[in-house]
Amino acid sequence: MKVLSPDVTEAVVLTLELAAVTTTLLIAIALPISWWLAWPRRWWKSVIGAVISLPLVLPPSVLGFYFLVAFGPSGPGGWVARLWGGRTLAFSFPGLVIGSLLYALPFAVQPIQNAFQAMGRQPLEVAATLGASPWRTFHSVVIPLAWPGIATAIVLGFAHTVGEFGIVLMIGGDIPGHTRVLSVALYDYVENARWHDANIIAAGMVAFSFLTIMLLSSLQLRTRGRDS
Amino acid sequence: MILLVPAVVILLFTARQGVAAPLRLAVAANFTQTAQQLVAEFTQNTGISATISSGSSGQLFMQITQGAPFDIFLSADTKRPADLITSGMGVAASRFTYAIGQLVLWTPTTHTPPSEQELRQATFAHLAICNPNTAPYGTAAIETLDRLGLYAQLKPRLVVAQSVSQALELAQSGNAELAFVALAQVRPLQGGAYWLVPPALYTQIRQDAILLSTAKDDEQARKFMVFLHGAKAASLIGEAGYLTDASTREPTP
Repeated sequence: MKVLSPDVTEAVVLTLELAAVTTTLLIAIALPISWWLAWPRRWWKSVIGAVISLPLVLPPSVLGFYFLVAFGPSGPGGWVARLWGGRTLAFSFPGLVIGSLLYALPFAVQPIQNAFQAMGRQPLEVAATLGASPWRTFHSVVIPLAWPGIATAIVLGFAHTVGEFGIVLMIGGDIPGHTRVLSVALYDYVENARWHDANIIAAGMVAFSFLTIMLLSSLQLRTRGRDS
Repeated sequence: MILLVPAVVILLFTARQGVAAPLRLAVAANFTQTAQQLVAEFTQNTGISATISSGSSGQLFMQITQGAPFDIFLSADTKRPADLITSGMGVAASRFTYAIGQLVLWTPTTHTPPSEQELRQATFAHLAICNPNTAPYGTAAIETLDRLGLYAQLKPRLVVAQSVSQALELAQSGNAELAFVALAQVRPLQGGAYWLVPPALYTQIRQDAILLSTAKDDEQARKFMVFLHGAKAASLIGEAGYLTDASTREPTP
């Protein structure tokens, strides 16, 4: 018996692709949002922060339901899909990326925003006094100082996308190579009593989650070490 | 204050124990709405309440074999109830065909009903079916496409739902243009149109009910099985869009 059947391999590759693409876009979006939320503090910004944080507490099925409505031909997703000649964002890799992005956004925004706020305005003012351009300030002062927060966001965003299930089950359509990610493949295998494959995926997920948590705690240790 | 929490938990727990436990039905997704009507009628006649858990036949079968607390299983096939009898989890004498399913191809747009023609022209992007491994209506859909010689051509356009109710949901939300579902699901709907798939294109969907061994001495469960055999239940099931062994073999669109 081969250890990995081809469809498991396909699901692993697809899941890693989805997590990599989602995480890249996630950080690109989360950096400016976190920056904007960090200062100056305004009451209405906390309202927007709360909206962004909704996926932390909303059941994935609620999000899945709204995505199903919004991705269809009469929703905004249908309009986006028509850009490449599609009808709907559901059942497609871009649809999963958009869904995962919105779902993982709070997991990236919160640690980065906290890192920005912990850093304070002082380093920015010092850099400005020394004549650094805003861009130079951003990549040689802000990014290094906020790095533990950004690294936490990358790890959390990636891990969260790898583990996503409810939304994909509702909008994915279970298409091998396009939307059948690991969590859905595992569900299919359990339903069809393919215990061997189910065991492999489940054990792999446990190992991956354990490594993620170890990585996160080492990042937190580094942050604390720097603060003291 | 701290003591309040366990007190409330204990109260809630004991309150739940006080009432007679309702009958627990595991119902294949296609039959959910009809089962609700049957339960309403049954409760009115007997005063016995019942809860319905719906899912694909495969999901429910898996849950039952893992010891899920159900009394009666209304499957969408004959194989799973038979397997329960083999493994000693179902009461052999109780098994019977309560409904014969009719497959339809449904579209949410009303202007023209779908047809075999539409499948052949393949002017759609997505066709929703339910997982053939766990849902008999999915098997029937694949058989239909196979007999029309379209399966290989349409395979890339198939999107697979977890149950026949999710397949309908994918089409109702407009994400899939077409869905293979059960007639009983779409009959009550406002809007949409369907093509009744000719019975010659797929193996008859005989849906068997079975009393589970854990409930073999349960008076309420026995009463429901008797009710399900009765004329009143048969007429409700017929009106809902199923054939029964008692009815003629003419499809009733």
